[in-house]
Amino acid sequence: MARTPQIVGQSPLRKEGKAKVLGRAQYVDDITLPNMWFGATVRSTIPRGRITSIKFDPAIPWHEFTIVSAADIPGENTIVHLAKDHPCLAVTHVNHVEEPILLLAHPDRAVLPAAVAAVHIAYEELPAIYTIEESEKKEHIIWGEGETANTFKTYLMQKNQTPIPDEIWQEADFIVEGEYRTGAQEQLYIENNGVIAEYDPESGVTVRGSMQCPFYLVHALTLVFNLPAEKCRVIQTETGGAFGGKEDFPSVIGSHAALLAMKSGHPVKLCYDRAEDMAATTKRHPSRTRHRTAVSKDGKLLAGEIDFAIDGGAYATLSPVVLSRGTIHAPGPYLWPHITVRAKAMATNIPPHGAFRGFGAPQSIFALERHMDKIAKTVGLTPEELRRRNLLSTGDRTATNQLLSDPVDMQHLLTKALRDSNYHAKRRQFDHENPTSTIKRGIGFATFFHGAGFTGSGERRLNSLVEIELTPEGQPRILVSSTEFGQGTNTILCQIAAQTLHLPYDQILIAQPDTTHVPNSGPTVASRTAMIVGKLVERAAQSLRNTLLASSHLSDNYSTQDFRRAALRFLAQHGPLKAEARYESPGNIFWDDETYSGEAYPAYAWAVYVAEVAVDTTTYAATVTSFHALQEVGKVLHPILATGQIEGGIAQAIGYALYEKCLWRNGHLTNNQMTNYIMPTSADLPPIHVTFEETPSPHGAFGAKGIGELPMDGPAPAILNAIEHATNIAFNEIPLLPEDIFERMTATPDSGTEDLNPAIAGPVFSEATA
Amino acid sequence: MKRLLDVLREDLQLTGAKEGCGEGECGACAVLMNGDLVNSCLIPALQVEGARITTIEGLAIDEKLHPIQQCFLEEGGAQCGICTPGMILATHHLLEKHTQPTLLQIQEGLNGNLCRCTGYMRIFEAVQQASLVGTAK
Repeated sequence: MARTPQIVGQSPLRKEGKAKVLGRAQYVDDITLPNMWFGATVRSTIPRGRITSIKFDPAIPWHEFTIVSAADIPGENTIVHLAKDHPCLAVTHVNHVEEPILLLAHPDRAVLPAAVAAVHIAYEELPAIYTIEESEKKEHIIWGEGETANTFKTYLMQKNQTPIPDEIWQEADFIVEGEYRTGAQEQLYIENNGVIAEYDPESGVTVRGSMQCPFYLVHALTLVFNLPAEKCRVIQTETGGAFGGKEDFPSVIGSHAALLAMKSGHPVKLCYDRAEDMAATTKRHPSRTRHRTAVSKDGKLLAGEIDFAIDGGAYATLSPVVLSRGTIHAPGPYLWPHITVRAKAMATNIPPHGAFRGFGAPQSIFALERHMDKIAKTVGLTPEELRRRNLLSTGDRTATNQLLSDPVDMQHLLTKALRDSNYHAKRRQFDHENPTSTIKRGIGFATFFHGAGFTGSGERRLNSLVEIELTPEGQPRILVSSTEFGQGTNTILCQIAAQTLHLPYDQILIAQPDTTHVPNSGPTVASRTAMIVGKLVERAAQSLRNTLLASSHLSDNYSTQDFRRAALRFLAQHGPLKAEARYESPGNIFWDDETYSGEAYPAYAWAVYVAEVAVDTTTYAATVTSFHALQEVGKVLHPILATGQIEGGIAQAIGYALYEKCLWRNGHLTNNQMTNYIMPTSADLPPIHVTFEETPSPHGAFGAKGIGELPMDGPAPAILNAIEHATNIAFNEIPLLPEDIFERMTATPDSGTEDLNPAIAGPVFSEATA
Repeated sequence: MKRLLDVLREDLQLTGAKEGCGEGECGACAVLMNGDLVNSCLIPALQVEGARITTIEGLAIDEKLHPIQQCFLEEGGAQCGICTPGMILATHHLLEKHTQPTLLQIQEGLNGNLCRCTGYMRIFEAVQQASLVGTAK
């Protein structure tokens, strides 16, 4: 047996890192094709209405432009995600501000803004709705009818499919109720959405650009162009951040650019600027969660009712699946004898919300972890003790009745996280200091889990395929549609292949995702790449190795040179070699979409996050001063990348909790600039201490589970729990800005107590208070 | 009038400087102008006449990475890479001013360059490593 250097678990250099630090990595806007034109989008300026006329200002030389309307669409006028409700271009009606109506292309990028402004569209305005509450009233039906009026999707999840018995409520020592809200959040990748499209009557459509899921765009193009998939080619270019914001949206911008390319006869580049990207593309779903919990006096959760509602915006897009993940994560890592979750995704006349890291889970986990602190207070236990009495452990069953057969030790994680953060001593210290200080300090935490991979039967439906080929030079090259957008896909997949093939890391190549050359390994979402795709890479690499070993060109104890020589001999003798691995559902995974029960996820990552805050009672600003993140994520494939994922996610989540607020007015995002939508800078973040525990999972490559979304879940509730400790005020809505703290702390004569007038709520994300 | 960013990207095909916001907030287009860190999206072309401009393309000599680039690569300071050219030039500028910067000086020196991926912690590591190897030249 050859000595195999350990590559998995080490931190080799990021595969495409050199090109990135040199500034040579080619993002879509860095690419220029011969005879390329530029595209722009004419959008709705009203939230809802009927288009009555479109006039073109005669001052513009329109003959120089290509103008595309819905009438130019050769196939279906739809952007397909899960439903076909979302038009590619509006025809008679618009349902949100910034809805695309016409597309323009011109050889000179500079003339486009004036041309867009010179298209005058008149509307008959219809009443619009902007909040979950307005949508629920159904006074104005903007989507669907009857049962589905204004409702994209509903779920009912009940443990054991039985309702909560009435006597539980009658006999409980405490019934604790609470309402929790989260706002929209912009992904704010630093590279905006952008693509370049080409069209050829023979070979079809080619779109290259910034994206997470090339095959999603292929699917969208097949419908818009009425072409077979093999005539819809999609190539991912280097992608400057995504976070979910380039999961579903590239289907829109990609279809648009391709239509312009078809009609103009030129390659067309369509790259949004920041203002357009922020105003028109998807954000995280705003949410409202209502909890009603029956608790015994010794702090045991007896039953929980959770009403979870998200604002999906004007079209369904991915809302049903965002809702699904939020629903399944709503009960958290606790043992519930009885639980009912009622969930719904509602329609509003806001630009459609979409995927963003965490995908519904940060919303429902925020509510639960704030609610757990409220229950603790009501029952008279510490937040720690309440959780200790209810945490899931090995052998328990989750709310979906999934048996936790892999080891789970949340008690240990809690002990360790509180010890590492010096939680108890700090709590005492702040309690002692706060009464005499203008800076109120606090410490709080959240305990949570995040399921890795697609929900339920999703992976089985995806049926992902991975290939590894030998290049003509005899080097293994991984072929996947899984994309790199900063998280480290290229690097970890090459580590897995190198380890499995007993070759050095730098011998492994990975192909650019181009749908004519790579198989569909599924979308790059849902914390599935390391676990699911990684495992397939491992299996494909094993298969490649076995083929070469069986060919007699390679013997067991080989060097890099031996491998290369054997590969060349094999290629000369047998022709091209491609090893493949297709997803196989583990036999013990069962999920029922009807009853929402079974194995919701193959594996979960478990975490305890501790936040320390300071609230300045002069400025009313809350600042996170220290952050400890402890998580059990299975095998850590690449410690530097994994740590970077957690730190980056926590930074986004600190923004979600304290800085990032989408301000809507009549359905317009009014702060669609980096100047007034504030994300954390290098000066705004505390030291972030990241610690991993590793309990390898049988489902992932070398035991890896998912980590990408996990850090988005815990920080916001941990921070607000800490702020409650600091101020003794329960804030239950994010983002929590200084003005919100000011309002609550100065709203009553007895400022700083819990007993405030309930009418003086925190911020409400609605038209009424915008 | 063209902005310095347009001159670099469109006329000189130096696409290392990126446009993130077009209003001087994100620093993805940062370059050095006569040794000062500027957002090239805010500089009209006429102001650049006679100025010495250093872009990311001018930092490495042939294939040999500048020590700051090497440290960003090794410490995980680049994830998606879109802010990286500006961030590396900001680091270069910072280390010219402070050869051994404190954490606070690093945080302040880079706070005009937004990164959405890293949470900045790996970038701080990279800057500290770069200061240890003594890089500014």
